[in-house]
Amino acid sequence: MSSAPASASDPTAAGVGLPRGQHRLTGLGSALAVIVLLGLLVAPLAVYPVFLMKILCFALFATAFNLLLGYVGLLSFGHAAFFGGAAYFTAHAAKVWGFEPLLAVLFGAAGAAVIGLVIGFLAIRRQGIYFSMVTLALSQMVFFVFLQAPFTHGEDGIQNVPRGRLIGLFDLSDTLTMYYFVLMVFVFGFFAVWRIVHSPFGHVLQAIRENENRAVSLGYRVERYKLGAFVMSAFIAGLAGGTKALVFQIATLTDVAWQMSGEVILMTLLGGLGTILGPSVGAGLVVTLQNYLAASGLPVTVVIGCIFVLCVLVFRRGLVGEAIRLLHRRGQGLPRR
Amino acid sequence: MTTLLGVPLPALYGQLLIGLINGSFYALLSLGLAVIFGLLRVINFAHGAQYMVGAFVAFLLLRFGAIGFWWALILAPLTVALVSAIIERTMLSRLYRLDHLYGLLFTFGLALILEGLFRHYWGAAGQPYPSPPELAGGTNLGFMFLPNYRGFVVVASLVVCIAVWALIEKTSLGATLRAATENPQLVQAFGVNVPLLLTLTYALGAGLAALAGVLAAPIYQVNPMMGTNLIIIVFAVVVIGGMGSIVGAIVSGYLLGILEGLTRVFYPEASNIVVFVIMAVVLLARPAGLFGKEA
Repeated sequence: MSSAPASASDPTAAGVGLPRGQHRLTGLGSALAVIVLLGLLVAPLAVYPVFLMKILCFALFATAFNLLLGYVGLLSFGHAAFFGGAAYFTAHAAKVWGFEPLLAVLFGAAGAAVIGLVIGFLAIRRQGIYFSMVTLALSQMVFFVFLQAPFTHGEDGIQNVPRGRLIGLFDLSDTLTMYYFVLMVFVFGFFAVWRIVHSPFGHVLQAIRENENRAVSLGYRVERYKLGAFVMSAFIAGLAGGTKALVFQIATLTDVAWQMSGEVILMTLLGGLGTILGPSVGAGLVVTLQNYLAASGLPVTVVIGCIFVLCVLVFRRGLVGEAIRLLHRRGQGLPRR
Repeated sequence: MTTLLGVPLPALYGQLLIGLINGSFYALLSLGLAVIFGLLRVINFAHGAQYMVGAFVAFLLLRFGAIGFWWALILAPLTVALVSAIIERTMLSRLYRLDHLYGLLFTFGLALILEGLFRHYWGAAGQPYPSPPELAGGTNLGFMFLPNYRGFVVVASLVVCIAVWALIEKTSLGATLRAATENPQLVQAFGVNVPLLLTLTYALGAGLAALAGVLAAPIYQVNPMMGTNLIIIVFAVVVIGGMGSIVGAIVSGYLLGILEGLTRVFYPEASNIVVFVIMAVVLLARPAGLFGKEA
């Protein structure tokens, strides 16, 4: 059973292994990165910072998820366990143990990585669609554990989480300071994913996505690579979840519920799976959309479901995937496929 | 009072009955999932939503048409099967040539739409649905009191499971179906209309889910989220049983329902997660599932 989504196996969408025009594109890529970063630095002057922080958290979450689906071809239906789990751990560490915020976030992410190690170890025993079902089932188990564990306070969640002072110096209760802290975490996580994807390790991951049997026959211990990628993805998703808990000063069951796992899939799909920038674009769109829908009184789930169906039926490359394809057509003067 | 390991026997029987009822629904739903997956290679995430819609159709028939349980037992599955057939024909069938993950994602989107719609119009609260008057009351079995309707559900689901098993394993239509599972191109070359077979199979699976929904309506309340919470457990059941076999889906459905019931007696805190724990153990010991063949 091939486990690579069709558009992810499309080299134009993958963002790597480009035959021609590669240098031009990477040049374009770094220029874009600088512009986006500068934009993000001044953005809170124009846009409500809490809204921006929310987008950044989800963008990082989707980027972590995409590391797995886009580059290894593993569809995890249980990433909420890492996102929400880390939110609980961070919130507990910051509120009850009085951890410094960065340490609390790292503690949350490490906790997510441990959950990821367990879930990943079990899930990679099955392939393709079974992998998705196993991750979904195990994350549901994590949900019930958090529902019943005393430290999570059940339906109430952990409320009034203090943002604290970053390395004892910067007071994060100031929204703008908090924004730059979130931006820092985002840039770190985003860069980490970028680095992983472009490392030799990342290339093996993509080889597994393209043809797992071939990778096995070349002597790669595929399970270890998969598990490694799974744990990294869980850790970075945990960074996002822990940061979100500090931003909103609350950790609730919403973040561990299966709906959250679905949302991150949608963000990645809409933005373009297997592209570095796609998940962030998708996250921005979905969060913005949810904001508008919440005010409009339209049923959010229905709209989200419709976008899901449309994406799967006619828009499998996603926004960034389509953009890259168009750029390539231009660059080469002939249609690629 | 007689006890077993400190648990009074009536409580044990009561929980066993609840486990058997839940197991009946696990079996019906995982059976439908297995039938659909066998031929279409699609994990039907919308299965829970179709189950919920089945229950809602019964509820709406009663509320607006004064049409009772027995008619609903026929009409609701037919309605859901028809709508599902249209969805399969117009949308889902376009995804077969792609990776199977897209089928899962499509049906996930479908599930969100269905649940969102019903929650928008009917709210998240449960709507009561009376059990049919013919099955009111209960029977004293000597060691416990059995509500008639619950006994009916257990028998009905067993009958349906055996009927579907016989349809697939013992009839010529079933033989064609199994052949198409093995090699669709070859079967098509023999002049069998495979796309039609796919549509009918999806409709059958969805109809089974709706049937389960109607059966469930008087036991659990009719509410928009009733399907999703169930379907995730059913996914675990399917992983435990192994997708390959119809018998596996049925047997593990009942078995896990009963195990869950037992857990509720002896260690209630774990009753929510026991199915998932068993899944983890099965994955460690027999990755292909209890009844599955090594993939």
